[in-house]
Amino acid sequence: MELLDASLLGWSRAQFALTAMYHWLFVPLTLGLGVIMSIMETLYYRTGNEEWKKATKFWMTLFGVNFAIGVATGIILEFEFGTNWSNYSWFVGDIFGAPLAIEGIMAFFMEATFISIMFFGWNKVGKGFHLASTWLTVIGATLSALWILVANAWMQYPVGMEFNPDMSRNEMIDFWSILFSPVAMNKFSHTVLSGWVQGALFVIGISGWFLIKKRNIQFSLKSMKVGAVFGLIAIVLLIYTGDGSAFHVSQKQPMKLAAMEGLYKGKEKANIIAVGMLNGDKKAYNDSIDPFIFKIDVPIPGLLSFLGYRDINAFVPGIQDIIDGGYMVKDASGNGKPALSFVEKQTSGMKAKDALAGYQQAMAVKDTATAEVHKAVLKDNYSNFGYAYLEKPEDLIPNVPMVFYSFHIMVGLGMFFLLLFAVVLFFVYKKKIENMKWLNWVAVWSIPLGYVAGQVGWIVAEVGRQPWAIQDVLPVQAAVSDISSGSVIITFSLFAVLFTALLVAELRIMFKQIKKGPEAEH
Amino acid sequence: MFKKLYLFYRDGFKNMTVGKTLWLIIIIKLFIMFAILKAFFFPNYLNTHFDSDESKADFVRQELINR
Repeated sequence: MELLDASLLGWSRAQFALTAMYHWLFVPLTLGLGVIMSIMETLYYRTGNEEWKKATKFWMTLFGVNFAIGVATGIILEFEFGTNWSNYSWFVGDIFGAPLAIEGIMAFFMEATFISIMFFGWNKVGKGFHLASTWLTVIGATLSALWILVANAWMQYPVGMEFNPDMSRNEMIDFWSILFSPVAMNKFSHTVLSGWVQGALFVIGISGWFLIKKRNIQFSLKSMKVGAVFGLIAIVLLIYTGDGSAFHVSQKQPMKLAAMEGLYKGKEKANIIAVGMLNGDKKAYNDSIDPFIFKIDVPIPGLLSFLGYRDINAFVPGIQDIIDGGYMVKDASGNGKPALSFVEKQTSGMKAKDALAGYQQAMAVKDTATAEVHKAVLKDNYSNFGYAYLEKPEDLIPNVPMVFYSFHIMVGLGMFFLLLFAVVLFFVYKKKIENMKWLNWVAVWSIPLGYVAGQVGWIVAEVGRQPWAIQDVLPVQAAVSDISSGSVIITFSLFAVLFTALLVAELRIMFKQIKKGPEAEH
Repeated sequence: MFKKLYLFYRDGFKNMTVGKTLWLIIIIKLFIMFAILKAFFFPNYLNTHFDSDESKADFVRQELINR
């Protein structure tokens, strides 16, 4: 077995996390603010009210600032695939390449074409054409997100492919099952909706700031109304799709669900923890130490069982159960069967890996009959291929504290946003919000909380699926390129500087434009 | 048609306010990303080591078998 530089994997993962997290600072506002400004322009189109035009242009300017600073930051992730994750890049083949290529084409043609009409076309093209361009810019951005998220969802739930041992890569055999996999559809809607919530938080927060400063009152009230209605709809749908995420995770990635809830020993009628603190003394998945110092359950018995399996009495496996196996799961045709243990999956994975080696040797001497036998063994055991790279059961467990706390922060913030949008909307309609300084300050300070919720959401999704680059098939230690960790540290530092500079630039320009207010020429 | 298009973009760029700063940032960013980072720090690992798809496949298979 090859030995990699001990710190290489950690630095490669840190680098990818840094770039992905910075990228995700820019994307959600583009998705959310884009829809809100399009709604405002639609209101202008329908009513002819110049106030709506002024509001649209103001929010469009902030959209432009965010879009310009954030655009192309995601391309760096593609650089990293080729350099730092070359085994992975080759192994996934066209399955990952095709969605990213479509994303590039869509992003380029739709967004680049219509964004210029959106910004330059005021008073130069017809109102209807301008409105269509605004919507098409936002739809283009959203479709770009679709393809990226389809690729990401495939890594969480690999479907529609077959491994070709001759080319050492997975080949797409069913494009539609990849595109319309339930995980992909849910991930897309959940992620885009989180962007919508971010956009709504941004609009009510900035509007709240104007109200605190007693500036642009009518503009702020109009913006707040649109932001709060849109935010309330978005957060309700976000919670609904969050339920879908929990369901899919429990079916496809039970270890992630167990980590999200700090569940070491499975149980029937499992509850969801509302608040809890993990016990640092718990060192092993199978020791007898209580994983919690304290915890308070949501007072709905069997809620976790229901979310995961749509049955309040269902058994939810814990970390120890997933490693030991033996609990009942459903196969592809819906029949019950005992879950395989870690050791059984590891044995199966080793069979697949040995079969790949045997296939290679047989093909080298043109012994096609033997090669076919190896190929069949490889195919039969391929679903556990990645387990061959794991040495011990603990390798299968993600960072539980990080996943647990991230999940609960995300859910807690989601509930807070639901309350916030409802309260803001109530007082907007009561025409009292103008003088409610405290609520406006809460709205202002909720803008960064939206970003926190988005970031911890991705931590749950990505840290929670460790050690897998591709679920069950390729762990990160087999996916990473064998390059020097020194070079990764250098590029990590360069990215940290570049992205921080971009973020500072964004904040400075954004604050300047906000202070100018909607009456300024943008 | 082309003249109209040209004038549309020319006037659009000319009348930009904050947009000029943003374009400057975009150009600097893209320069750093492609002319510096991609060119010097992010070579495609397999493309720089192997010429054909077959040799890349062989290499990755060895990695999968031996790692």
